[in-house]
Amino acid sequence: MRAFGLILVAVGLAALAAAWSGGPARGGDSTSATISIHFSRFEPAEVFATAGVPIRVTLVNTDPIDHEWLVGDAAFHDRHRTGTEAHHGARPTEVSLSPGSTATTTVRFDQPGEYLFICHLPGHEQYGMVGVLRVLQAQG
Amino acid sequence: MRSITRAGRRTIALAAGLLLVAISAAPALACGGLIGPNGAVNLLRTTTFAGYHDGVEHYVTSFEFAGGGGAFGSLTPLPGIPTSVEKGGDWTLQRLLRETDPPDARRLSLFAADAASAAPSAEVLMEVTIDALDLTVLRGGAAEVGTWATDHGFRLPPDAPEVLDFYAQRSPIFLAAAFDGDAAAARGQNVGDGTPVHVSIPTDNPWVPLRILALGKQSSEVVEADVYLLTDQSPAMLPYPDGFNGMTVTHAAPATDLLLSDLRSDRGMEWVPDKAWLTKVAIDAKAPQIGFDLAVDVSGANAPSRVAAGLDMPGATDPTVMAAMRWFAGVAFVTLGVGGVIWMIAKHQIDSRLRPA
Repeated sequence: MRAFGLILVAVGLAALAAAWSGGPARGGDSTSATISIHFSRFEPAEVFATAGVPIRVTLVNTDPIDHEWLVGDAAFHDRHRTGTEAHHGARPTEVSLSPGSTATTTVRFDQPGEYLFICHLPGHEQYGMVGVLRVLQAQG
Repeated sequence: MRSITRAGRRTIALAAGLLLVAISAAPALACGGLIGPNGAVNLLRTTTFAGYHDGVEHYVTSFEFAGGGGAFGSLTPLPGIPTSVEKGGDWTLQRLLRETDPPDARRLSLFAADAASAAPSAEVLMEVTIDALDLTVLRGGAAEVGTWATDHGFRLPPDAPEVLDFYAQRSPIFLAAAFDGDAAAARGQNVGDGTPVHVSIPTDNPWVPLRILALGKQSSEVVEADVYLLTDQSPAMLPYPDGFNGMTVTHAAPATDLLLSDLRSDRGMEWVPDKAWLTKVAIDAKAPQIGFDLAVDVSGANAPSRVAAGLDMPGATDPTVMAAMRWFAGVAFVTLGVGGVIWMIAKHQIDSRLRPA
């Protein structure tokens, strides 16, 4: 009995250690997420949502430069790579962030799949400002 | 000509060439591919003269048109607050090139930027106008300087926040230069004409920012620069230019009397000593290779600062060491736990056998 108790303690310690030594960060649950932008990177760069369920995304730009968070499919990004809109904000999937600002948007994708979010300011996508919103099939 | 050095200062004459990095300005348009419509200016080969003598580092830098109109800008990290920012000599950089290379085919450089507006957030320490260049010495952290630059119409590239932070952690002093191409043209400056700038900075050892030369460049792009060091004696450098790190020493010898005499006769170069050592470091590297600065030790201790080189950050724990410590701590937790369990089980079994039936 004592041995069993110690096993539990050891497993608990191991779990604590594993947690402390780090694992992939998550931006929240499937209905909300917080994405930080630091040194022109999305953190986390992977967020999960459920098909047909809105997800509220809070975007925190800690950089002293402008950024964007544009989420959509490949055709959507193709349009924005050559687009000419100086500022976004009218559509929930398109957010412009001024230096040091925070914005919140709510998006919903009805089809499961992977939707990239990208900053399309010049050079930012090439620099690595790309993340993915993974929309999973609703359970049941 | 004005004398730069003052009594009581040691004079070093490191010729600091162009450390100016681009910040492009122009209202930042949101969607891709909208870099300044007049951005026909390219960053060519940067030449930096960094002279160090009597405790003062002298940067001599120059901007040169490659064409286009509008405004252009740059941002240069400095190791300290300059005592003066003034027009540089007319031939210092050219004379150095002539000393070490054939006199043709060398270009100075700059990076594209556009117009400026208002609302500074970093502290403005000094403002100087030299020909078509508006120069501002700023003090602030990465966010403050970045915000100041953004507010003044500079369009910072995506790596700017990290690069500015890299510098601001060690010295929160920056030199912002806004080069008005239209004004330059109005002054009769032609494509290829440069405006030399001479910055005098009291500091313990000379230092040449290099990482900023890669600012805004794609990983496949190349950084090309020449750094001239004029020091009282042969300098110790970190990282040492070994050819594998993108830097090569292409000249290292006592400066000739003729060179020193010629340099001394240029504007603001009276500080050039009678005897000095001339070093030329050629930089030809892919942008990601230049993740460091050039730390120099002229004290004779042969110990350039790792912090000045950007290899260590002040007060920061090496992230690889931290990650290793966390890993070992995790392993230690698990090992201790499992070991304890095994020990207890073994002890339990031994106790059971010893216990009378």
